[in-house]
Amino acid sequence: MSGILVATTVNGDAVEFVCQPRETLLEVLRNRLGLTGAKEGCGTGDCGACSVTVDGALVCSCLVLGAEVEGRAVDTVEGLAEGDQLHPLQSQFIKHAALQCGICTPGFLVAAKALLDRNPDPSEEEIRYALAGNLCRCTGYDKIVRAVDAAAKDLRKQGRKA
Amino acid sequence: MAHDKHFTNQEFKVVGTRVPRPDGVDKVTGRARYGADAFAPGQLVGAILRSPHAHAKIRKIDASKAEKLKGVKAVVTSADLPDLTNGRRDMLDILENCMARGRALYDGHAVAAVAAIDAETARKALKLIKVDYEVLPHVTDVDEAMKPGAPIVQPWVRTAGVDPAPTKASNVSQISTFGHGDVEAGFAEAHVIVERSYKTEQTHQGYIEPHACLASVNPDGTGELWVTTQGHFVFRNVCASLLGMEVAKLKVTSSEIGGGFGGKTHVWIEPVALALSRKANRPVKLVMTRDEVFRATGPTCSTSVDVKIGATRDGIITAATATLRYQDGAFPAIWGMLGAMTSFACYDLKNVKSVGYDVLVNRPKVAAYRAPSAPMAAFGVESTIDQLAAEIGMDPVEFRIKNAAKEGTRASYGPTYGPIGIGPTLQAAKNHPHMKAPLGRNQGRGMACGFWFNFGGQTCVDLNIGVDGTVNLTVGTVDVGGSRASMALIAAEELGIPYERVRCNVADTVSLGHNDMTEGSRGTFSSGMATVFAARNAIEVLRERAARTWDIDVSKVEWQDGKAVAMGSEHSNLSSLSIEELAAASPNTGGPIAGHNEVVADGAGVSFATHICDVEVDPETGKTRVIRYTVIQDAGKAIHPDYVEGQFQGGAAQGIGWALNEEYVYGDDGRLQNPGFLDYRIPVCSDLPFIDTQILEIPNPNHPYGVRGVGETSIVPPLAAIANAVSNAVGVRMTHIPMSPPRILKAIKAHRAESEAAA
Amino acid sequence: MRYEAPKTMKEASALMAKARGSAFILAGGTDLLVRLKSGLIEPELVVDIKRIPATQAIARTASGFRIGASVPCAALGRNSALKKAWPGVVEAANLIGSDQIQGRCTIVGNLCNASPAADSVPALVAAGAKVAIVGPKGRRTVAVEKIPAGPGRTSLKKGEVIEAIVLPKPKPKSGDAYLRFIPRTEMDIAVVSAGVNLTLGPKGVIKSARVALGAVAPTVLLVEAAAKAIVGTRLDDAALAALDAACQAACRPIDDKRGTAEFRTEVAGVLARRAARIAYQRAGGK
Repeated sequence: MSGILVATTVNGDAVEFVCQPRETLLEVLRNRLGLTGAKEGCGTGDCGACSVTVDGALVCSCLVLGAEVEGRAVDTVEGLAEGDQLHPLQSQFIKHAALQCGICTPGFLVAAKALLDRNPDPSEEEIRYALAGNLCRCTGYDKIVRAVDAAAKDLRKQGRKA
Repeated sequence: MAHDKHFTNQEFKVVGTRVPRPDGVDKVTGRARYGADAFAPGQLVGAILRSPHAHAKIRKIDASKAEKLKGVKAVVTSADLPDLTNGRRDMLDILENCMARGRALYDGHAVAAVAAIDAETARKALKLIKVDYEVLPHVTDVDEAMKPGAPIVQPWVRTAGVDPAPTKASNVSQISTFGHGDVEAGFAEAHVIVERSYKTEQTHQGYIEPHACLASVNPDGTGELWVTTQGHFVFRNVCASLLGMEVAKLKVTSSEIGGGFGGKTHVWIEPVALALSRKANRPVKLVMTRDEVFRATGPTCSTSVDVKIGATRDGIITAATATLRYQDGAFPAIWGMLGAMTSFACYDLKNVKSVGYDVLVNRPKVAAYRAPSAPMAAFGVESTIDQLAAEIGMDPVEFRIKNAAKEGTRASYGPTYGPIGIGPTLQAAKNHPHMKAPLGRNQGRGMACGFWFNFGGQTCVDLNIGVDGTVNLTVGTVDVGGSRASMALIAAEELGIPYERVRCNVADTVSLGHNDMTEGSRGTFSSGMATVFAARNAIEVLRERAARTWDIDVSKVEWQDGKAVAMGSEHSNLSSLSIEELAAASPNTGGPIAGHNEVVADGAGVSFATHICDVEVDPETGKTRVIRYTVIQDAGKAIHPDYVEGQFQGGAAQGIGWALNEEYVYGDDGRLQNPGFLDYRIPVCSDLPFIDTQILEIPNPNHPYGVRGVGETSIVPPLAAIANAVSNAVGVRMTHIPMSPPRILKAIKAHRAESEAAA
Repeated sequence: MRYEAPKTMKEASALMAKARGSAFILAGGTDLLVRLKSGLIEPELVVDIKRIPATQAIARTASGFRIGASVPCAALGRNSALKKAWPGVVEAANLIGSDQIQGRCTIVGNLCNASPAADSVPALVAAGAKVAIVGPKGRRTVAVEKIPAGPGRTSLKKGEVIEAIVLPKPKPKSGDAYLRFIPRTEMDIAVVSAGVNLTLGPKGVIKSARVALGAVAPTVLLVEAAAKAIVGTRLDDAALAALDAACQAACRPIDDKRGTAEFRTEVAGVLARRAARIAYQRAGGK
């Protein structure tokens, strides 16, 4: 077993790491790069707590090998805020009490951003189906759906992309 | 606690507002640190080997090859966790559940553990441990376990609650009987009697964060444990006791907790992690996989329940009985007893009897799950109540209102109620527009009530005022869903300062006195109560400092809106002193200003809820969709309404999952077939509608602000409410939870066949 | 375990052919990584084919469509020409998992995972899709239904790697549809499923049809009797009843954690009827 050198971009920064062939992107982010925002809830792609984007595509980082992201761009919850400004999704999650325990929150934020990137004005049904890959056991999703809807409105008002 | 007149019907300034939570930014930026997010210098990775058998004798464990694998630093078995429990069977059960002692009692029971330099080495090491099992007959079904000749799970168990005490081992660990009156006479008075049997399958709390901890034990007997838990003080006591450590020398820090719902009130991996660390003399991080969480941690009981209720034609219940058989997994517990206690708590009954059986099976040890035991009992009782209402031709809400418990009612489990909310929630349901909304084709409406005791318990709070007048509130109850905001609101209310000037933190075990678990919906009730008293304690100090500054008697100083005010015309020349001024001067007026409170928070007010639910069922596939859901619950006083609503909604959502699709599926081999989120189907976002809530506030006279716990009751009515709705939609009474599509379709077909045969 | 990311199909095939121990192709990884993590497989080699240009695109060809083996299912939903031509196939592909899974999973992976419950397979079988294979002995093309050999097993030989799915051009006045049953609205594996592809002749009479069922046998079933039940009809109630009965007769399901045999059999008929109605409408029938 020998390590693989991987050069990639994480939240806009050039990053190099060495990982074992079996290691997942989630393990690399958490254990090698100190980015523990993505969580492991299941390790099988069923809960979405480890959601990140790779070249803009929403994925479960537990189902991506670290070696696969050579030359790609990885974005995580840690890169969501711009400088000292929280992203509207982040602000609305706090305002709407859209989190209780908060373990699923990073995954929801990344997934919701991916949704608003491609659909700036989603219906309630579109929000619900787009977030079906993110499990939350605390909230019953009610306040999460409302927070995403409110953030979408904010973004449209500001005329900016998610 | 005495009734605190001062705060009854008080107008609040900040309590009841929807402020942002103090840990919000950390949690939306990924900075909040949960169980698996801690790192220690030189840390090892731990992993646990688990039994693939439901019941087996462990003849021998050969770990020699694993020990020799390069990078393996420790292997532990039960031999490394000697029995130090001194005859305390409950403690030995905890130890045995953490690591099998000669017998594996369920699929997933831990038998050995390793600590290695990385996950890959740990994984390899587990594969090198050879366990010689002698497979024994097993039993996983609660009714089967009670039959004569069933495999005995714990040979030492004799049924308690039976006179004379039995001498033979049994899977029934306890029989508990509650009630009053003469049920036989009551049934004789009834015009209509409905009797029915119900079953519910086992479900899991399903918190998204798996159990995780980072343990570090030093050769000098000191140690640290970072852990996701609902109660780090209790974890400290239990772990110290099991490992033979001194309580003060084990520092336990609760991480942010990624959901618990009762499942994180028990130790599972923590003693093992500590044992590994002690043996390796290195920190050990131990994180469960999802598969391990399902196989080896706290599911709730599966149950089998018989209910019989009789009533007069004008809608008065004359008698009610219930027999409730709850499986506790492989270790004795009190879940059947709690089921028996809660079953008829909503009603004012003259003649009532409930009998609970606690039954052992070869499944994981059952842990609390949100109002543990109450939902299954309510499913049986509330379903029967609906059938009875239909038989006598009475509206189900009206029928319940007629029989609802009220202040002065003697509860079926013993006590006499004070002011309670069951009547008001039913009235609110009756008046709710949801009740009158039209229903479409294949749709049905159901409603049901629920009860939970709520608990108080040992609580301890520190309140420290900084030199700028800002306040650090230090609590010891873990924040499972926004309680830090509620605590800060309460402190701000008492002190008369803005919410933003209070910072609430959860202390580790070396920084504060003992606090019981965050369980029994006690967090906001108990720590809230202690916060009120700690703040009042600090106000005493603030008044003294002001009196000293002014050189007047302290009795002439009052605390108003965050300021000390000198009373009486003789002091009208003294301008008030703010908390900031008093804090700034504190170095010269007597030093730091603080308030403390240690209390056993008695008087947690009982809690009631009524839920209304509409469903649509596809008659060709049996698939059910919840199309509208309303929760009405008494909160006593909602400190932070957002998080009260959140508890209502979350409990309802878990109940919906339980009612429709969640279940443990065991194979004939006694192994769990679906230990993952793919096939253990919890509700996803697109499964649910918005969940409407209505908060009622019937103050708890035992709490200074009238608070009742709100966390648990909301999971009690959904099983029954949805069963009633589905039964109304398909025209067949559903008696088996979950009402999965195959069960519904089968019931529809059987009913159709019966109707055709009758015609 | 070794990880390789070759640039050509030939290299990929050679790597797979030369592997001493167990070797697996990695495209979306949504099944492979789950099995890897559970310890179910201990690969010596994993070959990532996403860097091979021939696998990366959806191409419109003279004879239909060619969907590269590493194209994630989400991309099928974004291709309007494909969606218009084979709506049932695209819907089936888009039903697999969440948005997160859609960003990675592939229909070739779905096929090679060889689960009888694979969502895209009944739709592909109904559509008459083929797979283009590159192996040590060159290229070959076979019908999709020839690939799964049983749960978790394929008919691919050592060193053979699928490059693309090949879909024909739909016939005029044809339509396809796919439906599955899951207890939740998302995230489940099909408990039972049905794909229907049919072509109309004059006056809305069905000229030809293919009906495929999922999760009712060790592999996806192509049910000829079900097709026969609706060919020559205008999908009236009698034809639908015959279709339902033919589907139920073909089922040989098992009881498992996801559903009972009885349930699967009954609902297979229900879904086939419903899918046939949708396909019929898509073909222009009324």
